[in-house]
Amino acid sequence: MLNGSHSEIDGACGALRHKRRLVALIELCNVKKHFGDQPVLNAVNLQVEEHQVVCLIGPSGSGKSTLLRCINGLEKIDAGEIRIHGNRVSGPGVDVDALRRDVGIVFQSYNLFPHMTVLQNVTLAPLRVLHQERAEAEEKAMQLLKRIGLEHKAKEYPDRLSGGQQQRVAIARALAMDPMVMLLDEITSALDPELVSEVLNIVRELARDGMTMLLATHEMGFAREVAGKVCFLCDGGVHEEGTPEQIFGEPKNERTRAFLRRIVEAGRL
Amino acid sequence: MPSKIPGASTNENPSAGERHFRAGTPPNTSRLLTYVALLVCAAVVVVSWLTLLEVRAALSATSQGAGTIANVLLAASALVAILIMYPAVQGLRTTQQARRALSAGDLIAARVAMAESRTWSWTTLGYSTAQVLIVLAILFLIANDLAVSRTFFMLPLIFSSFGLVLKAFWINVYIFMVAEAIILVWGLVVAIAQLAPGAAGKPIRLIAKAYVDVFRGLPAIITIYLIGFGIPLTGLPILKDLSQQSFVILALTLSSGAYVAEIYRAGIMGIHWSQTSAARSLGLSYMQTLRFVVIPQGVRQIIPPLLNSFIGLQKDTALVNVVGAVDAFNQAMIIASNHYNLSAVTTVAILFVIITIPQARFVERLAQRDRRRLRGAEA
Repeated sequence: MLNGSHSEIDGACGALRHKRRLVALIELCNVKKHFGDQPVLNAVNLQVEEHQVVCLIGPSGSGKSTLLRCINGLEKIDAGEIRIHGNRVSGPGVDVDALRRDVGIVFQSYNLFPHMTVLQNVTLAPLRVLHQERAEAEEKAMQLLKRIGLEHKAKEYPDRLSGGQQQRVAIARALAMDPMVMLLDEITSALDPELVSEVLNIVRELARDGMTMLLATHEMGFAREVAGKVCFLCDGGVHEEGTPEQIFGEPKNERTRAFLRRIVEAGRL
Repeated sequence: MPSKIPGASTNENPSAGERHFRAGTPPNTSRLLTYVALLVCAAVVVVSWLTLLEVRAALSATSQGAGTIANVLLAASALVAILIMYPAVQGLRTTQQARRALSAGDLIAARVAMAESRTWSWTTLGYSTAQVLIVLAILFLIANDLAVSRTFFMLPLIFSSFGLVLKAFWINVYIFMVAEAIILVWGLVVAIAQLAPGAAGKPIRLIAKAYVDVFRGLPAIITIYLIGFGIPLTGLPILKDLSQQSFVILALTLSSGAYVAEIYRAGIMGIHWSQTSAARSLGLSYMQTLRFVVIPQGVRQIIPPLLNSFIGLQKDTALVNVVGAVDAFNQAMIIASNHYNLSAVTTVAILFVIITIPQARFVERLAQRDRRRLRGAEA
């Protein structure tokens, strides 16, 4: 499955965990990333446990998207380490294609392939990466499309679907690889308000089914509802983390409070 | 007659302080434009008729003389030449109508008629201009005792040499069809080489770039000359035994391939990086991402410039005569020097134009169909 070995030095993450059960699914230790002179992630530490839903909240430009892209290997990190089940998945010698097979990501702008039908979008990776039989891949894809309520759109091209429908297909496309964890990058930010719920309902269902998820979101109400843990990311660092009750109810950090105050003023919480 | 429009009469001022909409001042019913249009078109008709008479005289002087068919055609042309009088007369009629309406106090009707009249007059002038240009072209053709027509459009020679020229044109068609098929692949290979990623790809990138720079800058005629004459001289095994056509195809592939590679590259780079992100995030490799996601979309973007480039290539096949291949142009030049007349070359010119038009329409339709499929324009 995943390449890379147990890291010798556990760095800032502290205690070495011996039993696999105790190892977090995703672990970020002192992750640093900058674009040119601009630091984007500044020593981020974060754990996502198995079957846990973790929400990243924070102002625009705080590094939420970059963090998710780093976990998926779409961006290289400059320092620190990212581990999945204790295996190092950042830095040299990592098979990023193998990593991505197990870590699904859904983007803010859906990024469906416009020249392929919905069914082709969903089956592309299972066929070409997992080398499944076409019949098997299509059957599974149809099951997924049924689950998101779009089996009747299988033969349509993405541009003929609404934004919400496209985003649901993008989720199905990621799920088709049967990932261990899903990274959701502000998946409702580009949607019209009335289409947000159809996408969130699917995420809600995934959470209920025990899918491990790390999501960057501006939907505070939703974060409060589904998250097991909420992390406030600001200026490239996790300033505060805790249960939704702690973060939304009694935030300790001044910046968290200021951020949430602005959210409330905007009528979003 | 409709009743008066409120405010039409400028003297009936409503009580001060209240604003009323005024339909405006009476239209200008000057007949100048109408008369100019009439005069111009009358002059053009006269000139056209005189020219047709000239044509008839010139035809009678030729060996065949002016046959019945020619006379009928000329008479028909004379009738067609008068057609531009119609809008001119309509212009005059509507001007009168406008004047009558104005004197009856119907401002709106007058304005409508005047607008119509102006349209008719300008239409007359537009068609007259076109007719003058056609007459000038005819005068050019019959000038100097039909010298121009005889030099370029000598029908008997065109007919008698047509078979020979058409057969030689097959060489051009063969060359560009084979070359285009190879270029479609070759250009893509070079484009991918130019985009080879990372440090490992750098030497490949540099070589591909150098190839494009050299062959894009090199005139096609020089490439054809160097390869067509040079490779047989080198005596290289296998290569030297290739046919002359193969050398030409090779030369055209090299020179046109450089352009097409750049077109492909533009198409590939035009695909937003988020598509690559999405494909890579699903576990597709670099090459798989190119093959299944980037290139299929990129190719759709570049079909029009690709067609342009191919039409250029088709025209460049006329350059093969520098290595002595007997293509349509070379064949036509032989005929031209034998008969001291260029009509066979005209045939080639027409053939080249004719083959490009259906291609353009075909590609347009293809692109349209694809757009409809993806965007769903059936609504």
